[in-house]
Amino acid sequence: MTTLNVNGKAHNIDIEPDTPLLWVLREQLGLTGTKYGCGVAQCGACTVLIDGVPTRSCVRPVSTVKGGEKIVTIEGLSAQGLHLVQEAWIALDVPQCGFCQSGMIMAAAALLKRTPNPTDKDIDEAMTNICRCGTYNRIRAAIKVVAKGGDAKSAGLSIEHVDGGTT
Amino acid sequence: MSTQFSRRRFLGSSAAAAGGLVVGFHIPFAGALDAQGATAPEINAWVVVKPDDTVVIRIARSEMGQGTLTGLAQLVAEELDCSWSKVTTEYPTPGQNLARNRVWGNFGTGGSRGIRDSQAYVRKGGAAARMLLVQAAANDWNVPPSECTVSEGVITHQTSGRRTTYGKVAEEAAKLTPPTDVPLKDAKDWKIIGKRMARLDTVDKVTGAQIYGMDLKFPGMLNAAIKDCPVFGGTLKSVNADVALKRKGVKKVVRVGDSAVAVVADTWWHAKSALDALTIEWDEGPNAKASSESFAQILKLGLDANDAVVGNSVGDALASIAAAPRTIEAVYSYPHQNHATMEVMNATARWTPSRCEVWTPTQNGEAALAATSEAAGLPLAKCDVYKQLLGGGFGRRGATDWIRQAVLIAKEMPGTPVKLIWSREEDMTHGRYHPITQCKLTAALDAQNNVTALHMRISGQSILASVSPDSIKNGKDPVVFQGLNPPGPEASIGYAIPNLLVDHAMRNPHIPPGFWRGVNLNQNTIYLECFVDEVAHATAQDPLALRRKLITSSPKHLAVLNAVAERVGWDRPAPKDVYRGLAQTMGFGSYVAACAEVSVTDSGELKIHRIVAATDPGYAVNPQQIEAQVEGSFAYGLSAALYGECTVKDGRIEQQNFDSYPVLRMNEMPAVETIVMPSGGFWGGVGEPTIAVAAPAVLNAIFAATGKRIRDIPLKNQSLKKA
Repeated sequence: MTTLNVNGKAHNIDIEPDTPLLWVLREQLGLTGTKYGCGVAQCGACTVLIDGVPTRSCVRPVSTVKGGEKIVTIEGLSAQGLHLVQEAWIALDVPQCGFCQSGMIMAAAALLKRTPNPTDKDIDEAMTNICRCGTYNRIRAAIKVVAKGGDAKSAGLSIEHVDGGTT
Repeated sequence: MSTQFSRRRFLGSSAAAAGGLVVGFHIPFAGALDAQGATAPEINAWVVVKPDDTVVIRIARSEMGQGTLTGLAQLVAEELDCSWSKVTTEYPTPGQNLARNRVWGNFGTGGSRGIRDSQAYVRKGGAAARMLLVQAAANDWNVPPSECTVSEGVITHQTSGRRTTYGKVAEEAAKLTPPTDVPLKDAKDWKIIGKRMARLDTVDKVTGAQIYGMDLKFPGMLNAAIKDCPVFGGTLKSVNADVALKRKGVKKVVRVGDSAVAVVADTWWHAKSALDALTIEWDEGPNAKASSESFAQILKLGLDANDAVVGNSVGDALASIAAAPRTIEAVYSYPHQNHATMEVMNATARWTPSRCEVWTPTQNGEAALAATSEAAGLPLAKCDVYKQLLGGGFGRRGATDWIRQAVLIAKEMPGTPVKLIWSREEDMTHGRYHPITQCKLTAALDAQNNVTALHMRISGQSILASVSPDSIKNGKDPVVFQGLNPPGPEASIGYAIPNLLVDHAMRNPHIPPGFWRGVNLNQNTIYLECFVDEVAHATAQDPLALRRKLITSSPKHLAVLNAVAERVGWDRPAPKDVYRGLAQTMGFGSYVAACAEVSVTDSGELKIHRIVAATDPGYAVNPQQIEAQVEGSFAYGLSAALYGECTVKDGRIEQQNFDSYPVLRMNEMPAVETIVMPSGGFWGGVGEPTIAVAAPAVLNAIFAATGKRIRDIPLKNQSLKKA
């Protein structure tokens, strides 16, 4: 029996020890916001936080995650409402197909916690996930919006939202 | 109906499985019209209005990130005159389309056609619905509808001041006879079309709540992993499943068609692990010795062969070249490339002797339904396909190969939903690849360095010959000539060259080609735009000036080129050590141009600093989404230019995953400045055309920086080190 602390809740799971954490999250815990993209830690679609560190869960055997380590997935990024990163993503309409965005958001949240005002170089080094639709520039802009305290208008995209607001 | 069964079960299962961690699951049963429509009146096929004034707009095309869902909703809402804040969307299913005489038209979503091919009838759908709703209010008030006005879903009778809303009259409107004469608004009166609207599908994508095909879960569902013969055209000889069948959770090992084997298990990880424990013997068939080198030889012979089919011909190019005082010749090539959608191929199928249902991300719902029916051995009317949001499409999901597999597997487990997910390795090695071609270009110059003739001989793969052989007439695949067609509304060449010959020697190696975002415009634009650059340099002309000289009769081609040149400041020097390259083309109904600014260090390190791009799509339905598509096109096109290559050895694709098939990442993504310049009067696509200018603009800038003319991509195989 493996014990995992996921999004603030303890789970006892009967699972083979070599199962990647990704598949335990998706198939045992039903947390499908974390995606399978490559299985070899290349694309980052499976990124979760383990004690705050962005981790590619597709190559992390579940047995190597200690019961005391805190796993956070996209579903648990914000205890209440939306995380600032998610708000910036919405304000700038970042996602296209969206499949990579859970991993991107987890990586960005970890970066901004560590480095609240990241340089372009900091962003390049922290954001190594793959997006095939090509949302990289809006991701960069959204990270900067968070760094500026959520000033989405500073990105200059003039997006008209359903609530009548413009960002 | 069965979708109700599916929805109910899904709701129950997802909540249970997630153990209370659910954050507002969005129901993906894109299919289930009954999800929103059953209790609310359908005004017509496109519009349902609920009593609370919510407007449900039906979307027949697929959403794969390109924003079509939002754009189509804008088109309908514009003519409907409803409140944009009240709009939601849903997908009809291909089965429902069939049952209603294809009332929603074509479901196919490719060729950047989502908006441009449906705009006329969806706008009419919105306008007709508005007319019915106004008529219903007018009937109620006993006044002529011409005395009523509408704004944001509120109908007002001008003289009496009476008001009502769409929600209140919807039920009566649904009973009225649809109008036959449905005028559309003039473009100058648009209030929703042309606005920088936020997408309608963003929120769930940032919370993890969005369900993709890969995420589906049904009660009792099993999971499948599959291996197809590594060599296309090979077959499955034998399988020893003794070890695999003893593994935990494994239910069954099944042959899938002639060439594949799948493991069905309780979880996908169990299925995949057991699949790797199978001992498989393949009969690799007739292609087992083929290689990229052998393909290149075959294509090279095509460059001088006599069996070419003409795509475009003006004057007598060959005679002009033979008689010219000076000619320039160059040979280019383009490799196989995988689409590499972020979400691998997957489908969930449930088969019984009387019905088969499939849930899958597809760009072509109707083709998916046909494939389901054929594999299920059931008539179309007993099948349906529920389209899921696509985790990337790029053309790959217009095919149906994985759907057929999923149905064949489900057939072995009657009544049980089975979800087939490919591994990334399976996806990388069993794609429908960007076709390979080579091109020999020969230009004739007169004594004043005017281009008097151009011959482009293309040799290589035809997509249509593989996916739609019936559409090849007299040996000609017209799609091969994208961007090189005679003047006209589709993929026309912008240059007026007095003697022009574009011909194609079809050569079809066994690797199956597919429509790959940008399709044949990609390589054709590299060939032509890099070669024009070669001519400019060989004749000491400015690359912009030469292009302007050659574009004599197509002002739209010229306008995007000029817009880019002006924004980038072509007439002023670039920053120190930065060099520029230009490219322009026309395809998928739109005109595009780009200028890349790059630097190359002495050791050959390339940096793409900035790209300025212009697009004239005729009408721009949502400019901020067009900008997103243009940026995305550079990410995709530059991935292709820098890294995109699938090589073949021993008949099989060598690349397995993103470690051997690298793509562009954030640190390499240039700044992109997009000029959206709709000139009106036509409807062009935006998802693809810009891909084609990405590589040639950069390759031309690299030449400016280094003097090295790269004629074979990807750049990872080339040294840019200064000699």
